[in-house]
Amino acid sequence: MNPIQPLTDLQCGQTARVGKLTLQGSMRRRLQDIGLIEGTKVECVQKSPSGDPVAYLIRGAVIALRAEDSAGVLVFCG
Amino acid sequence: MDEGLVIRRQSSQDQVVALAGNPNVGKSTVFNGLTGMNQHTGNWPGKTVSNAQGRCEHNGRGFVMVDIPGSYSLMAHSAEEEVARDFICFGDPDAVVVVCDATCLERNLNLVLQTIEITPRTVVCVNLMDEAEKKKIRVDIDELSRQLGVPVTGACARSGKGLDALMDAVDEITQKKDALADPVRVLYAPAVEEAVKTLEPSLRECCGNALNPRWLALRLLEGEDDLIRSAQQYLDEDVLDRPDVQELLRKARKQLEEAGFDEQALRDEMVSGLVRQAERICIHAVHSDGHGYSSRDRKIDRILTSKATGFPIMIALLASIFWLTIAGANIPSQWLSTGLFWVEGRLAAFFGWIGVPQFLCDMLVHGAYRTLAWVVSVMLPPMAIFFPLFTLLEDLGYLPRVAFNLDRYFKKCSACGKQGLTMCMGLGCNAAGIVGCRIIDSPRERLIAMLTNNFMPCNGRFPTLIAILTMFFVGTGSGLGQSMGSALLLTAVILLGVFMTFLVSWMLSKTVLKGIPSSFTLELPPYRRPQIGKVIIRSIFDRTMFVLGRAAAVAAPAGLLIWLMANLTIGDATALTHCAAFLDPFARQLGMDGVILLAFILGLPANEIVVPIIIMAYLSTGSLVEMESLSMLRQLLTENGWTGATAVSVMLFSLMHWPCSTTCLTIHKETQSIKWTAMAFLVPTVAGIAVCFLFHQLLQLFG
Ligand SMILES: Nc1nc2c(ncn2[C@@H]2O[C@H](COP(=O)(O)OP(=O)(O)OP(=O)(O)O)[C@@H](O)[C@H]2O)c(=O)[nH]1
Repeated sequence: MNPIQPLTDLQCGQTARVGKLTLQGSMRRRLQDIGLIEGTKVECVQKSPSGDPVAYLIRGAVIALRAEDSAGVLVFCG
Repeated sequence: MDEGLVIRRQSSQDQVVALAGNPNVGKSTVFNGLTGMNQHTGNWPGKTVSNAQGRCEHNGRGFVMVDIPGSYSLMAHSAEEEVARDFICFGDPDAVVVVCDATCLERNLNLVLQTIEITPRTVVCVNLMDEAEKKKIRVDIDELSRQLGVPVTGACARSGKGLDALMDAVDEITQKKDALADPVRVLYAPAVEEAVKTLEPSLRECCGNALNPRWLALRLLEGEDDLIRSAQQYLDEDVLDRPDVQELLRKARKQLEEAGFDEQALRDEMVSGLVRQAERICIHAVHSDGHGYSSRDRKIDRILTSKATGFPIMIALLASIFWLTIAGANIPSQWLSTGLFWVEGRLAAFFGWIGVPQFLCDMLVHGAYRTLAWVVSVMLPPMAIFFPLFTLLEDLGYLPRVAFNLDRYFKKCSACGKQGLTMCMGLGCNAAGIVGCRIIDSPRERLIAMLTNNFMPCNGRFPTLIAILTMFFVGTGSGLGQSMGSALLLTAVILLGVFMTFLVSWMLSKTVLKGIPSSFTLELPPYRRPQIGKVIIRSIFDRTMFVLGRAAAVAAPAGLLIWLMANLTIGDATALTHCAAFLDPFARQLGMDGVILLAFILGLPANEIVVPIIIMAYLSTGSLVEMESLSMLRQLLTENGWTGATAVSVMLFSLMHWPCSTTCLTIHKETQSIKWTAMAFLVPTVAGIAVCFLFHQLLQLFG
């Protein structure tokens, strides 16, 4: 099994599966509401000009997240 | 905030239908298609900020449709989402239509399932079927309906397809009073189901049919406080505080804890249960051969938001919109002014002929009418070009990309990236920008966005800026070079406004609005081809005419006032001279003169009238009467002591001064606070005074 790592480490074009959410409170709920739960496939699709935020493909929709938030999403690469 | 939601039925037979859905799935398009109304639509999530209502008839029955703001779930994150949710939960709609996006149905089903948990009177409308088809996604509507146990219809709202079928389904479901088929039930982990079983019977007993007991049990277990508070209010008695209910709740919670579900695990399970169910349903009902995110969109994104090209393209787009506006407005402006001033002459002659006294004629024609003519000829053409262009960008889906590009800098200012979107809206109209701030969830960040929105010059201020730029810095010849020069300078002015927005946002978040940036998600919608014809018609009729109408309504009385002031002699000089002289010393410190400052003050109701008032005031004291071209205007201004430095000061002040009265009222409505309205008034004003003062001092030092 691949090691677990923060979503932030994903490079453009890479895909991963969510292993664990370490975020708390309303952001946790919000990400879950858009379908980001354990096992969900995430693809990093586009970085903004300054590298943060980054847009991810989550269940067919493209959602941009700030690094602070995506660091709270741990994923398995590959 | 919304003052609750009052449903306006035309007859007691009218059925109330709520239109819910994720952001940007086309709810407002469905709403407009059904009711014939013109709610704002556009390709970015979060446009619908208040609950619009409209009526439609189908099969001879009346329906009141309520368009509620989009949200991903019924777990509210902001005050507006709460209003929307409370309406679905406690507003007793006769039916709820959940509009879905066929291209990401799985995520949309989350809201559908949550809605079905509350009421079986749910109809699902799978919209954007055309886009799904392009992405090679097939949605099996019948299978979906079978899986969900509620009616499902497919639609392509933009072309009006499927709306009839939708209303058929709504009609049918509102006719059936009781015997509704059993809709799908989301099953949670066994321990959760056990806990629900413990609680459900007594809830069924005490709230009868008013609320779905299973749903209420789940929410009680979850401990969603404000939801429970709303439920209490709705049930109108303290059923939930009854000792037996409380006792059972404690028991159920204990069961859960023993099974290993603490608060967080329980909440996770509630969401996962929904998501898993949505997944299961989609395996049967959705067939996809594509990859989800279209490769075309990816390519466009790579160009519009990449490191190398993101910002240059953003600036280039801004500049080209301005260029098209300036170049395109030039000639129609001249025609309009020639035409309207010709009418002025005829009007005066006509008044004389029917025997209107000279002073009255002067007052009406050379006061009220002339100002009005100025406003129309200077404002109408640029607006009629800028608004449609801007709406095209909006429909295309570019605005969220602006927010995406700029977010980093907003984060540095401890503000929200969605502020970028509200700034874009502010370019059209600051009042619209202020209302748009509702998309920002954090109250602190929302206030920052509101207080700084005015640094984006609205449509009413562009023409002022353009006219001054052109007269003093580009030259008044007409031609490609001239319009391009003006456009570039105008872009520079806007960039200064952007810079000030960042600076002031940063200052606010270090002082009165201290705090750390909060989390947020920003959805980047697919690029959509705008409906050009519709965009042009709508933006001209809805926006341009509205804004112009407001300006014109102010212009005529203001013109009248200026004329009176210029012709009313008090002591040794006219009232106008007195006023201007009074303001003059202060205005001089800012590099302007009393007349200019007076014009800005009188321009409070509408920024559009500032330049016309300046002209009227100078004209009434000077000798020039005919004002047909910009070069003559320039002559008038220089005769009154304008230099390049004055022009710069006026532009700076135009960029940074108090918001117009409509914007102030909107701010008050949104914040419900005199204090923040006053702040929103003061922040740009103080900034403008400071910048103009500094600029003037620097010139004095080096000049
Ligand atoms: N291709 C296509 N585009 C559509 C369809 N329905 C709506 N749109 C477009 O989708 C975008 C969003 O539509 P709106 O009606 O504004 O969406 P909304 O759900 O009210 O959005 P929010 O108010 O942000 O929640 C607009 O650009 C519409 O033109 C459709 O059936 N097909």
